[in-house]
Amino acid sequence: MTTIDHLNPPTGHMADNVVGFARALRAAGIPVGPGAVIDALNALQAIEIGNRADVYATLEAIFVKRHEHMLIFAQAFDLFFRAAEDWKHMLDSVPLPDHARKKPPPASRRVQEAMAQPSMRDEAPQIQEQELRLSVSDKEILQKKDFAQMSAAEIAEVTRAIANMKLPQAELRTRRHQPDAKGLRLDMRRTLRSSLRTGGEIIDIRKLGRIEKPAPIVALLDISGSMSEYTRLFLHFLHAITDARKRVSVFLFGTRLTNVTRALRARDPDEALASCSSSVEDWAGGTRIATSLHSFNKLWGRRVLGQGAIVLLISDGLEREADAKLAFEMDRLHRSCRRLIWLNPLLRYSAFEAKAQGIKMMLPHVDEFRPVHNLTSMEGLIAALSAPPPPHHMSRIRSAA
Amino acid sequence: MSASALPKSVDAMLELLTSRGYLAERSLATVAYLSLRMGRPLFLEGEAGVGKTEIAKVLSAALGRKLIRLQCYEGLDVASAVYEWSSAAQMIAIRLAEAAGDTDREQLSSDIFAERFLIKRPLLQALEPDVAGAPVLLIDELDRADEAFEAYLLEILSDFQVTIPEFGTIRAPQPPIVIITSNRTREIHDALKRRCLYHWVDYPEPERELAIVKSRVPDISAKLSQQVVRFVQALRDQDFYKSPGVAETIDWATALTELDARSLTPQMVGDTLGALLKYQDDIARMQGDTLQKVLKEATSED
Repeated sequence: MTTIDHLNPPTGHMADNVVGFARALRAAGIPVGPGAVIDALNALQAIEIGNRADVYATLEAIFVKRHEHMLIFAQAFDLFFRAAEDWKHMLDSVPLPDHARKKPPPASRRVQEAMAQPSMRDEAPQIQEQELRLSVSDKEILQKKDFAQMSAAEIAEVTRAIANMKLPQAELRTRRHQPDAKGLRLDMRRTLRSSLRTGGEIIDIRKLGRIEKPAPIVALLDISGSMSEYTRLFLHFLHAITDARKRVSVFLFGTRLTNVTRALRARDPDEALASCSSSVEDWAGGTRIATSLHSFNKLWGRRVLGQGAIVLLISDGLEREADAKLAFEMDRLHRSCRRLIWLNPLLRYSAFEAKAQGIKMMLPHVDEFRPVHNLTSMEGLIAALSAPPPPHHMSRIRSAA
Repeated sequence: MSASALPKSVDAMLELLTSRGYLAERSLATVAYLSLRMGRPLFLEGEAGVGKTEIAKVLSAALGRKLIRLQCYEGLDVASAVYEWSSAAQMIAIRLAEAAGDTDREQLSSDIFAERFLIKRPLLQALEPDVAGAPVLLIDELDRADEAFEAYLLEILSDFQVTIPEFGTIRAPQPPIVIITSNRTREIHDALKRRCLYHWVDYPEPERELAIVKSRVPDISAKLSQQVVRFVQALRDQDFYKSPGVAETIDWATALTELDARSLTPQMVGDTLGALLKYQDDIARMQGDTLQKVLKEATSED
């Protein structure tokens, strides 16, 4: 149990420290209001502040209001109140964790960056467009990828952008009804009940309308080497929409297919991505699209494509072993969902032509083919999801011909 | 039909099912026995046509209980699953009250929300007392209903009571025997599964399937029944989009018997394949060499 030197009132820094700590938390994404800071100061008067564990518990009880913020708080506390370290210095430099050689745990990178921002002001971060590496390694690289490298700036940018994206909230009319003055169905039960107020005379007619619900989304995300620049961003995107919508299933595929739907349910993006990456074994290896689609169709298709699901296939389509099997599986997938949207980062090149064999095989079986490599195209995707679906049968007629 | 007591052991359960022509795996009999003993719903999941619905029918017949079946579909709501007020009858009652000159509103509202205007749907029927003992409630293909209904069901399965705002709470004196089936066209929520005993019903072993065919299609020749079962088992090893279930095996055996087949020939199989495989892609794959190969395996004498 270490003592906290810089929290001692004699140095007169306690208030400064708590305020600074609150700012650091805010920068790391935990909403901390000025009221909480005052509460914290009052609470610290009431406890033995030489005891680190007590201080921790006290501040946590005040600053953390949501379970998913506990991890961030823990790391921020560790960094900020490291014994015998001047906190002002903390705010100006990125402290190296004690275990600098070890893989940083999720969220810690964000906390460090938050501490390192000199004035805690929001800078407009630049999304850097990485060069797309057009090499599909046939060798399966079995490795665990570390997601803690997502910078606070990027996260802030992505989450803000995604928060501004209007997700289509009502697009599928279900067969369930609810009271609705403009509805088309007569609600006899409520009409009769209201008629009792007028002694059995029916004066106002109550109606029922159909409930509308967002369609389920099933995302199939390619995590092979050629896609590695985009994978993390997509996962963030999917995590955000998983949060907002109840019915989102996410599958990752490289050389094999992994269902990460549950892993993505964790509230904190870092935690969600970390548990994703721990459940997948073939990050950034090669791709076997046909095999992965086959196992999806066989094992999951019937289970997640019901209720009018929209499928987002996120892949560059660079498949070495493109044959009739790929076309067959694409066709099956296309026939078993309401809408199949292929998102391909290669489309960012204006000169892109579907030359690769795999792409040629897959193209006839998709309803929409869209670029997705930056926030702009993601917003375009959202717009496409909100728009009424294009006539679905055209492509089917084409592929049947 | 007399109500028989609940089986006292797994063996007794197995005996009970077998006596009614349901040849169950021991594991299924165990789970069914436990669900009766513990009063927990039995949740059966598995491919279509493996006998999930059948077990509810057999149980109700064997125990002499009433079978109440709720077939789920998308949009299933309280009005069609639990209860509904008969508005037409209520309106007539209101008019009659008017004609008789009754203007007491309180009296009127308590009159028209009486039990005789209540139309009881399967879930409410299952909560009613029955002289033969609590009924068997079969909730079939729950995966087809939507999540909202699942949440409602969760409530009913935990308390076995229904509250009707205009009428009051109806509670089951004795909880029904609940059997839920799902074809997995959607994952059922964990919360519901936690309340149940779960069992994955698999395709039967060859010996068991042979016994099932013989008991269901008594007219079939011994040779043909063996070939049929071997053929179907071989089909399940192939990578088909939809493997044939036991129901398909029985259908096919019946079809072949109707056609007076004595043993399987390529012609005969080709003509009747539609009883086994229900997808064009699968049927197309079963032409030529594959068919010959599987048929050869099935008809070889051992």
